[in-house]
Amino acid sequence: MSLTALLVDGLTVRFGSFRAIDDLSLAIDYGEVRAVIGPNGAGKTTLLDVISGITRPKQGRVLFDGALDLTQTSEAAIARAGLRRKFQKPSVFEGLTVRQHIAIGADFGFRSRLDTPALDDRICEVLETVGLTEHVTRLAGELSHGQKQWLEIGMVIASDPSVLMLDEPVAGLTDEETERTAKLVRALVRHDRAIIVVEHDMDFVERIADRVTVLHEGRTLFEGSMDKVRADAAVVDVYLGR
Amino acid sequence: MMRLGRNGPIVLLTGLILLVAVAMPALSGTSLEVSRYLANAIGQLAAFAVLAISLDLIWGYLGILSLGHGLFFAIGGYVFAMYLLKHSFVVTGTVPDFLQFMGWKDFPFYWAGFDFFPYAFTVAVLVTLLVSGIFGYVSFRSRVGGVYFAIITQALVYVAMLLMFRNDTGFGGNNGMTGFSVLFGWQMGTSGMITALAAGSLAVLALVLMLCRWLVGSRFGALMLATRDDEIRLQTLGYETLRLKLIVWCLSAVIAMVAGMLYVPQVGIINPRVLSPELSLEIAVWVAIGGRGHLVGAVIGALLVNAVKFWLSSAAPDIWPFILSGLIVLVVLVFPNGLMDLAKFRLTRPMGPKRMAEEIGEARP
Repeated sequence: MSLTALLVDGLTVRFGSFRAIDDLSLAIDYGEVRAVIGPNGAGKTTLLDVISGITRPKQGRVLFDGALDLTQTSEAAIARAGLRRKFQKPSVFEGLTVRQHIAIGADFGFRSRLDTPALDDRICEVLETVGLTEHVTRLAGELSHGQKQWLEIGMVIASDPSVLMLDEPVAGLTDEETERTAKLVRALVRHDRAIIVVEHDMDFVERIADRVTVLHEGRTLFEGSMDKVRADAAVVDVYLGR
Repeated sequence: MMRLGRNGPIVLLTGLILLVAVAMPALSGTSLEVSRYLANAIGQLAAFAVLAISLDLIWGYLGILSLGHGLFFAIGGYVFAMYLLKHSFVVTGTVPDFLQFMGWKDFPFYWAGFDFFPYAFTVAVLVTLLVSGIFGYVSFRSRVGGVYFAIITQALVYVAMLLMFRNDTGFGGNNGMTGFSVLFGWQMGTSGMITALAAGSLAVLALVLMLCRWLVGSRFGALMLATRDDEIRLQTLGYETLRLKLIVWCLSAVIAMVAGMLYVPQVGIINPRVLSPELSLEIAVWVAIGGRGHLVGAVIGALLVNAVKFWLSSAAPDIWPFILSGLIVLVVLVFPNGLMDLAKFRLTRPMGPKRMAEEIGEARP
């Protein structure tokens, strides 16, 4: 295993004449929580779309673990390689129970790879981590917004991913829920896992992030700790000062 | 939404179907004997119910609307008609009408072996898998979905209809195929045969119902619902949804094919009109009225709409299209989940634009 989990190299994504990502390069290491911030349209979600295989770039590549080029890999194969993502809008399966979600997340393929006791243990463990143990038999469609966010996080951590992407995990949450989510994210940090968080809530970012990358118009504007980000004149000008 | 674990309604319905299947032959000869007309109607309804289940599997549980399921229904129907004609020819020497009409002395070469039912059945399965497999693979691979997929399926069934209307294809052309006299060595058209066909159709319906119930209740079924609710979410968890969609699509096509096989010996004719877009649209209406995503709903929808149609097509044929359209409007506006909504219908809740907007919103795939 290399030290760098994800290496983004000369990435350009265009939608028509609009450059959502413009010759972007950055590296994310194992063991860190990296926050990606920036104004709307800076290319944050697009970056996650490229990493998860949903959007194909015009140029450049994204190497996972120094070997696998994600820009040439299907969504499902990327997920199987150990990269998981929580979407911006809570994406859960309304017609399935909480338990079924975690079971689907813990496994892949049409036939279960885990045996029943192992799966049950895993489901218990994950539900405890995200705090949904008492809702195990409920349908996802009946959960509150915050619970859906946690359910989706539970679903994506159930397989023990090497790279975890969280797109706006606290959008629309109460202060209390945000607090709980921050603790949850820090509890997920491991030396062999990289966590990427896209978020607008700066207090939340400050609490969870080891390093911060500020994107602006598809390029890196600044990279460093949150203190330095707050002090940077250019960042304040395009983003924080507004 | 009904809990997946709640098996009550489906067990009840399957029991009822099997009861009728057993009672019909048992009562023959007694004073309670079911009339030939009624037995025949029950048998045809059972075939339609199987057809409705096939569409519900792909639409209700996977969110893929097909407006061309008449195509697979017709494959079953045509192959079964070919078996019947060839078999009748071998047993009685009757030359089918369409051969005489075309002035042909013998069956076209591709009719060889159709008097042997296992062969005919195998051909029907293979043709269905080939057509659905190629069409499904190309569509799902190119990520064609939603309304675009529905329109293409509708076009497909229309093209097939135009093809079958041609008289030189060797499948009966615009007159279709009729004059079936022998089935599995037995004389057709007798009371015993009509009852047996109806009972057999009900048994197949019960079997298909249990098979689908098992499938949607399995882990695979949970993945079907997950694909329906958010396909990209499931893909980014490592699942190849293309394969899943293809498997269910082909299975659905084969079930529709079987429904066609049940239908043709009971109506005694097949012609290109089963390939008309109207029939394929109607299947979707049965499922919508009964309740998408509920196997019981699909069966009840098919039975109810067709029972009314059987009755009205003799009593007042002109108003049937208006009643059908009215039902569709009612379902879309008031019961987005079809009759299954009645089960939890809260009469106290006021009607109004807000509720309509909410429920129509829910109904969207």
